[in-house]
Amino acid sequence: METNLTINGTEQRLDLDPRTTLLDALRHHLGLTGSKKGCDHGQCGACTVMVNGRRINACLTLVCMHDGDEVTTIEGLGQPGNLSPLQEAFVNEDGFQCGYCTPGQICSATAMLKEISDGWPSHVTDDLDGKAKLTAEEISERMSGNLCRCSAYPNIVEAIRKAAGENT
Amino acid sequence: MRPFGYTRADTSESAARQAASGGTFIAGGTNLLDLMKLEVMAPEALIDINRLDLGAIEETDDGGLRIGALVSNSDLANDARIRKDWPVLSRALLAGASGQLRNKATTGGNLLQRTRCLYFYDRAMPCNKREPGAGCSAKDGFNRILAVLGTSEHCIAAHPSDMAVAMRALGAEVETLKENGSTRRLTLDNLYLLPGDRPDQETVLEPGELITAVVLPAPVDGKQTYRKVRDRASYAFALVSVAGIAKLENGRIARANLAFGGLAPKPWRNAEVEALLTGEAPSEDLFNKAADLLLAEAQGYGANDFKIPLARRTLVSVLNELTQEAQQ
Repeated sequence: METNLTINGTEQRLDLDPRTTLLDALRHHLGLTGSKKGCDHGQCGACTVMVNGRRINACLTLVCMHDGDEVTTIEGLGQPGNLSPLQEAFVNEDGFQCGYCTPGQICSATAMLKEISDGWPSHVTDDLDGKAKLTAEEISERMSGNLCRCSAYPNIVEAIRKAAGENT
Repeated sequence: MRPFGYTRADTSESAARQAASGGTFIAGGTNLLDLMKLEVMAPEALIDINRLDLGAIEETDDGGLRIGALVSNSDLANDARIRKDWPVLSRALLAGASGQLRNKATTGGNLLQRTRCLYFYDRAMPCNKREPGAGCSAKDGFNRILAVLGTSEHCIAAHPSDMAVAMRALGAEVETLKENGSTRRLTLDNLYLLPGDRPDQETVLEPGELITAVVLPAPVDGKQTYRKVRDRASYAFALVSVAGIAKLENGRIARANLAFGGLAPKPWRNAEVEALLTGEAPSEDLFNKAADLLLAEAQGYGANDFKIPLARRTLVSVLNELTQEAQQ
């Protein structure tokens, strides 16, 4: 199925079996192996990418459903020597151990910080009409779709808080 | 995944026609693709409806909202009108899934998601919902997450949606388009079927019938809350959930809308329970009588027996919250 989409600012034209997920298209057909396949069922978040600015599980969507879309992967957020504030903070705060979940964590956190600055409430926000603060509780709730089997959660939360502080 | 045809639909009418001849709609795909990877579902053709003009939330003439079937769970939860006047719906949506899934999952798809019964997902085990007549492995199996109301000897699956529970409490209706171009409106009660002897038939929707919108009536006066009890604090399905709306007048309950998740094969609502509460002064005794009535026919299957007392406590707690705060 012919699909034209923009990935990390570069236009791509793909013609793949309709069964191909966005994740497999990125990893196997475009060589963008930063996005990871953990569970392949939307439970772990290792495959998180941004589509049109929003975080999604790349394993639970077909690439042919994304004709015309703009995809950002971990490779598009920053590169060695040119890290994004979140990438920098994960390094500085030791926000990982094995690193497998990290690209998904960082893509997810990048979009999550935008959600919170756009005024989106979460399950733990007291006032649906108020502005949520970036507390550890809010970060944990909003990042619950990203698992870390090494359990680096305290440092992941700290990295996100530090990165957000630098941005605001 | 088994091979399938793939078509991008341009209009709702053409999508309905294509689906009527063997196609399956795909919108967010977060549940369907999960099931297709496991070959629990193996549609011959996918009709991609993401390009249809069903993504708006519009105000209706009578003060309600028409929510397009393609509105994402995130956009619905964050809509300023929903947050202000239908907060139980916003709360229910925010209690469900993860940020990533809410960004893809749609209003129509959320209603039609399938049960998370372990045996429905496990093709090595008999399941009447997956294969009618095969038998139910859950009745004597790991049924901790399954239903205690509305079940049958053939199926004890629970409906997994949080959103639908809030919509049931709000009296929402579904608008559909059929293959022949006709439309109809269904209450959520009428949309869903109980398992009976055909647990594979979950809704009254006909082949090709497309959910185009969910219509919320005008805002309901009263305090609203959504209470979800689950095995972990986030990103888990409900063991028991209660969507509640209550209003006190002169120290008596003037209105009580109550819908329940995690307990039944569909979002559950019991008019007799609401009638019992209406006109009465709130008290622990009254709330326990409401729970008696709600759970009179509840049946546990071993590992899910705990849901019956848990539902009682959750209901009593929610009623306390709704009536105490409304008095302030």
